[in-house]
Amino acid sequence: MTLKLGVPSKGRLMEKTFDWFGASGVTLSRTGSDREYAASVDGIDGVELVLLSAGEIPRELAAGRIHLGVTGSDLVREKLGAWEEKVIELAPMGFGHADLIIAVPKCWVDVNTLDDLDAVAAAFRAKHGFRLRIATKYHRLIRDHLRDHGVADYQLVDSQGATEGTIKNETAEAVADITSTGETLRANHLKILSGRPVHKSQATLFKSRKAVWTKAQRATLVELRAKLGVDR
Amino acid sequence: MTDKARVRSEATRLLRFFEDHGASVVEADILQPAETLLDLYGEDIRARAFVTHDPDFGEAMLRPDFTVPVVQMHMAGGAEPARYAYMGEVFRAQAETAHRSSEYFQVGYEVFDRAAPIEADAEVFALLLDVLAPLNLRAATGDMGLLLAAVRGLRTTDRRKAALLRHIWRPRRFRALLDRFAGRAPLPEGREALLNMADPMAAGGTHIGLRARAEIAERVEALREDAAANPISAQEVDLLDDLFGLRETTENVLSHLRDIAVDMPAIAQAVDRLEIRAEALARRGVDVATLDFEGSYGRTSMEYYDGFVFGFYAENRPDLPPVATGGRYDALTRVLGNQNGEGREIPAVGGVIRPELTLHLMGEVMR
Repeated sequence: MTLKLGVPSKGRLMEKTFDWFGASGVTLSRTGSDREYAASVDGIDGVELVLLSAGEIPRELAAGRIHLGVTGSDLVREKLGAWEEKVIELAPMGFGHADLIIAVPKCWVDVNTLDDLDAVAAAFRAKHGFRLRIATKYHRLIRDHLRDHGVADYQLVDSQGATEGTIKNETAEAVADITSTGETLRANHLKILSGRPVHKSQATLFKSRKAVWTKAQRATLVELRAKLGVDR
Repeated sequence: MTDKARVRSEATRLLRFFEDHGASVVEADILQPAETLLDLYGEDIRARAFVTHDPDFGEAMLRPDFTVPVVQMHMAGGAEPARYAYMGEVFRAQAETAHRSSEYFQVGYEVFDRAAPIEADAEVFALLLDVLAPLNLRAATGDMGLLLAAVRGLRTTDRRKAALLRHIWRPRRFRALLDRFAGRAPLPEGREALLNMADPMAAGGTHIGLRARAEIAERVEALREDAAANPISAQEVDLLDDLFGLRETTENVLSHLRDIAVDMPAIAQAVDRLEIRAEALARRGVDVATLDFEGSYGRTSMEYYDGFVFGFYAENRPDLPPVATGGRYDALTRVLGNQNGEGREIPAVGGVIRPELTLHLMGEVMR
């Protein structure tokens, strides 16, 4: 039985992942036509490459259908409840950096911290009759973060794209999204709350706790770790 | 743990007990409108409840408890005073602790009685104590009304009191606010710079969003006022800490509370109520000389409980959740009443038992 390694199937994340493994002598490549999701691994025996959407890799790891997987640390935390019981972080890979942040209109001169956001949420609800809306697609991460900081009287509204535009359109009062430079936020008259980001994400190699590991697969993992210099 | 049919028959036994003591048996829908629960408990409830969706009904939750539907049913036209009993499954998503069951039975008893709230407190507690007596459980009690009265009586601004009251069920947040209002913690980042600006509104640039300029200006003004207000005194903070830290028997706590009330007269009435309740409990055969009282009981897990609160625990099984919990939740009926736009409030007290736990513990007692 081969060890299944799940890797994002397209774009920069795939290329960078290929480079990262390649630098340690493990050559991952797509084979066949551009449209065909077939792949090969050279430099180590017993590893099978599975090309998947980065968003599906957390689920496949948790189901144990792949042994290892590369995806954003944000996606694992967002998509898996009690993620630490399902996967182990083997190695941060040093690319795909992005911060999950909460941003509010720059014109909210009275708001800098979560503390302020909480106070504003109370006043907003009293004034407008509904809970202050935060647009995001990171529901679990944001909800946990706001609960840990004791923020109340808000609601999360789902936004799968163009999230920064929701405030101007008056479908949300604040946003929570991934940003690397903050450029789009500034262009939309938004500012990031001070303090640490909700999560500092990067591409990460994960190991599944839920997959069945045969003796041969364990041996392959030991060899792969040695090549990659991953000691966990 | 135990098979469902046996739990159901244990639930039925408990239900009959309450029925025999004068309760009307009521049912509640399993599908509850999500909006009502979200408005009450906030976004957190999504992590704890099962959310489902129907094209017509909209977003719904599998009932996480019976309290809300029973209060709504009563508000829609129940006669008063009223005593209700119910049994059925509740559903709780257990994302973080994957090891607890996500559906289980509850049997509950709720009393709506305007005329004699303290008697009703004692009645509910004594009834639960009675039905649970064979299990030798430890009962813990508290009184959120005492804490609320203490906060309302602080010598500080109404805004600060409102902020503290809003977070009384979130102890960490409450502590952070109290420390700030007492001048023990620094101002939040950026606050001082804002207060020092001659025209802070000018720094905002283009205005966007539903929150109006006037609302922003109003809060800037409120922050200025707050910065000028005197800190809450160290003496008052110490008294609050005394209250939160109380852990004594009900009998002993009364004299301790009388001492605190000398310096904090705002709690005197709440202490009177506690004393009258202790007498009412004693008349119903509760041994108040050994009944535990915990100052902070009910602060972490019982949002909207604003008076007498209690729980029953299997002391040799700390791994189990409480076998029964309950208390007075006038605040919840007030909020629900406002949601209906009627502004009604109905004093309410009740408790729930988990029959799978009573059944399980009964088995252990028998062995």
